[in-house]
Amino acid sequence: MIAIIGAGVTGSLIARELSRYEKDVVLFEKNFSAGRGVTKSNSGIIHGGYDDPPGSLRASLSRKGNILYTELSEDLNFRINRCGSHVVAFEKKDFEYINKLVKYANTNGVKSYEIIDREQLKIMEPELNGNALGSFFCSDSGVVNPWNVAVSAVTNLQKNGGEVYYDKKLIRIEKINSGFRLFFEDGTQYEADLVINCGGLFADEIAKMAGDIVPEIFPVKGEYYLLKPEKTLTNSVIFPIPDENTKGCLVTPAIDGGYLAGPTAKKVLSKYDNTNTEEGLSEVRTRAEKLVPNINFRKDPVKTFAGLRPETEEKDFYIDVGNSGIIHVSGIRSPGLTAAPAIAKYVTEYIIQEKLGIKLTERPDFDPKNNVRIIDSFETLEEMNSFIKEHPDAGEFVCYCNKVTKYEIKKAIEQGARSIEDIKFLTGASFGECQGGYCTGKIIEIMLQDKRVKPEDIILNEKNSWLFSSEVRI
Amino acid sequence: MSSNVVVIGGGAAGLAAALKASEEKCDVTLIERDSDVGGVLNQCIHNGFGLDYFKKNLTGPEFKEKLKEKVLSKSNIKIKSGAFVHSVEKDKNIVFIDRNGVNNLKCDSLVITTGAKERPFTSLGISGKRLSGIYSAGLAQKFINMMNLRPGNSALIVGSGDIGLIMARRLTLEGVKVEGVIEIMPYPGGLQRNIKLCLEDFSIPLYLSRAVKYVDGDRRVNKIITTKVDDKFNHIGGDDITFNVDTLVSSVGLVPNVKPFEFLEHSAGFSTTNKNRTSENWIFSAGNSTVVFDLVDYVAQEGEKAGYMAALQAKNDLSPAGKIKLLPGKNIGILYPSYIEKDYESKIYLRARQPMEKGVLLIPELGIEKEFEDIKPSEMIKIKVPAFDKNTDRIEVNLNELK
Repeated sequence: MIAIIGAGVTGSLIARELSRYEKDVVLFEKNFSAGRGVTKSNSGIIHGGYDDPPGSLRASLSRKGNILYTELSEDLNFRINRCGSHVVAFEKKDFEYINKLVKYANTNGVKSYEIIDREQLKIMEPELNGNALGSFFCSDSGVVNPWNVAVSAVTNLQKNGGEVYYDKKLIRIEKINSGFRLFFEDGTQYEADLVINCGGLFADEIAKMAGDIVPEIFPVKGEYYLLKPEKTLTNSVIFPIPDENTKGCLVTPAIDGGYLAGPTAKKVLSKYDNTNTEEGLSEVRTRAEKLVPNINFRKDPVKTFAGLRPETEEKDFYIDVGNSGIIHVSGIRSPGLTAAPAIAKYVTEYIIQEKLGIKLTERPDFDPKNNVRIIDSFETLEEMNSFIKEHPDAGEFVCYCNKVTKYEIKKAIEQGARSIEDIKFLTGASFGECQGGYCTGKIIEIMLQDKRVKPEDIILNEKNSWLFSSEVRI
Repeated sequence: MSSNVVVIGGGAAGLAAALKASEEKCDVTLIERDSDVGGVLNQCIHNGFGLDYFKKNLTGPEFKEKLKEKVLSKSNIKIKSGAFVHSVEKDKNIVFIDRNGVNNLKCDSLVITTGAKERPFTSLGISGKRLSGIYSAGLAQKFINMMNLRPGNSALIVGSGDIGLIMARRLTLEGVKVEGVIEIMPYPGGLQRNIKLCLEDFSIPLYLSRAVKYVDGDRRVNKIITTKVDDKFNHIGGDDITFNVDTLVSSVGLVPNVKPFEFLEHSAGFSTTNKNRTSENWIFSAGNSTVVFDLVDYVAQEGEKAGYMAALQAKNDLSPAGKIKLLPGKNIGILYPSYIEKDYESKIYLRARQPMEKGVLLIPELGIEKEFEDIKPSEMIKIKVPAFDKNTDRIEVNLNELK
């Protein structure tokens, strides 16, 4: 068995890539669903690959990853919007940085860029701060819902005979003759021939379990606002000139409509500290208003959230085989989401086949395509009409904001959604403007139609995140 | 399919609109997205409804049943429930989706009575963890009153709007310990009668000028830290109160539903005239999809008027008249309607920006000057204005405090 620890976007795509060759691939995830750690709360940007230092692992993998996303999104059936990105100059000296981007872009093999002058920029981004002097525009950049990439990769893994086990928190690794024995918090044990550590924020701790050392991971918090799609704020991803540590606080269209503003970049002590803070949110407001002055933080916020990025001193990915023989995919900081499809190929083709010398043969029966998609999308009303005639539940709306039907909710539950957030991330229900004010009740009604489910069992996301203390009357 | 008048949204305003249009001899179709009509009335099982409209003290479901019975008795009203409006096309075609498929419905005039939704707590930008146990008041009300589910053991109510006050009492009656209600403004957001009946009678403390500073817990809320705020809502240190509760119920305002009709002129809700006409001559709106009213009785009255106007429009009996902009002046928070068609009487509703012991309402263009006492932002001021003949392009409404 090949065991992958962690069903974030990297682990899920590696597992799916391995199922191209091997049937016995198992993905272990401590949460109840894929893509719910680092993958869940970030900007969702597919970067152009123009700003990573040439020669770094980051640079080569993010450019390759960007290109791979086109085929991947078609195969796995998730949405990508290649809306392009601007890095905006406000002062003359900012062009020094833009010139550096040009050099990096040329070295990294990025061709799809242009330098945009002030007038052209006004036409492309009318809401942008009028003081902007110009930008570095890359048309290859885009946005995705990162958790959808992870979830759809897992769906394809399962289709090809691989398995995913949720609620499996790894606590110990033992080396045995035939490979490794993995111990999980729930008392279960599994033997694996090969182990790939994709532990995200905890990849360094997992490495330690095996006696290996990888660069230490420290959590960097990013706070965000999600805003309503009331008026067009930007057409592309808008980056400021970055500082030393981050690409800076951006404003971008979100894939489901609306806009995302953020993130901050603050080192925090705990790998569980995903709290919003007044300082963080106020920093986002100030920085985003500088880019897009008409952004309305009084009226248009839908929600605020925070995510943690796994940063290392080296600020680069660390992908290698440890002394124990375990493969560590660690330090997957920005642009990890962009690079993930290329990381999956790097691990299977280079690390496993070349470096470890394990020969993998492609299975003739591997099917790269997901035909199912939980969220319905119809080109025309006629198409929708004939679908409803076959599936009446698809004509019954549950989430009015994001137009999610009972058919989709039921399908998400069939696919293993256990919590309210599982359903939210799979279908988009309660992701909209009212944040579940209407549909949470309806979703719970559907969950309770399964008589085995008791109100006390319903959870928001993790264990102990209960919603109801009891029934009102028995 | 076709109908003289189509009404979208079957709450109090929509039921009243359908009824009135049917009395005007129009064929009416009422489209409701939920499985039954009634809207939020279905879950408001407390009384206090209908004192003005039915001259009786009714519960929400009783108010709805009285309207619904009349609607069902009309042979020229069709109800389509479980129907979700996809779009409204300019050629007066309405596309809606239900379990039968995609449907097209032609009409002569349309009434939009889509009500309002709750502003979510997550939109406020409050510090803290993302935890289970945070509910909007309306959702908590639905859980208890319609789904038999108890949302927690102990609660803090954030926001003293009417639903928040009602829920403080409702939760208490169902054995949830309500530790208090906090309000960011220096005065309560709900009706005075609800402060008395829902808080004072149950000894639930109300904390004014107080906001949530931090929400803490371990996957479920277990602690809410609140702090005093100044008049600009800045947090003032040194006077924090921590509530050890597992539930936060938020009642932080309602937002009119304008989707998917954003092509009509709107600010928060649709901008309408005193004839309930929107920026399209054949489309009318009433109730909380225009502004958020304090009483359902006014919602139903406005709904009736919209239904009547839509019926006249359908019969080509309603002439397009010039619109005069009604402008909120001094101390005016909410002002309704947005425009006046001067050949028809108006009932102007407004909310003051802050409480006043005594104030005078001034509408100089119409020669109106009227004194009011004990003015509260939570209770709407109403004034009737007859049709008039004066030529003006704007009418300003002011509220001056009298000391």
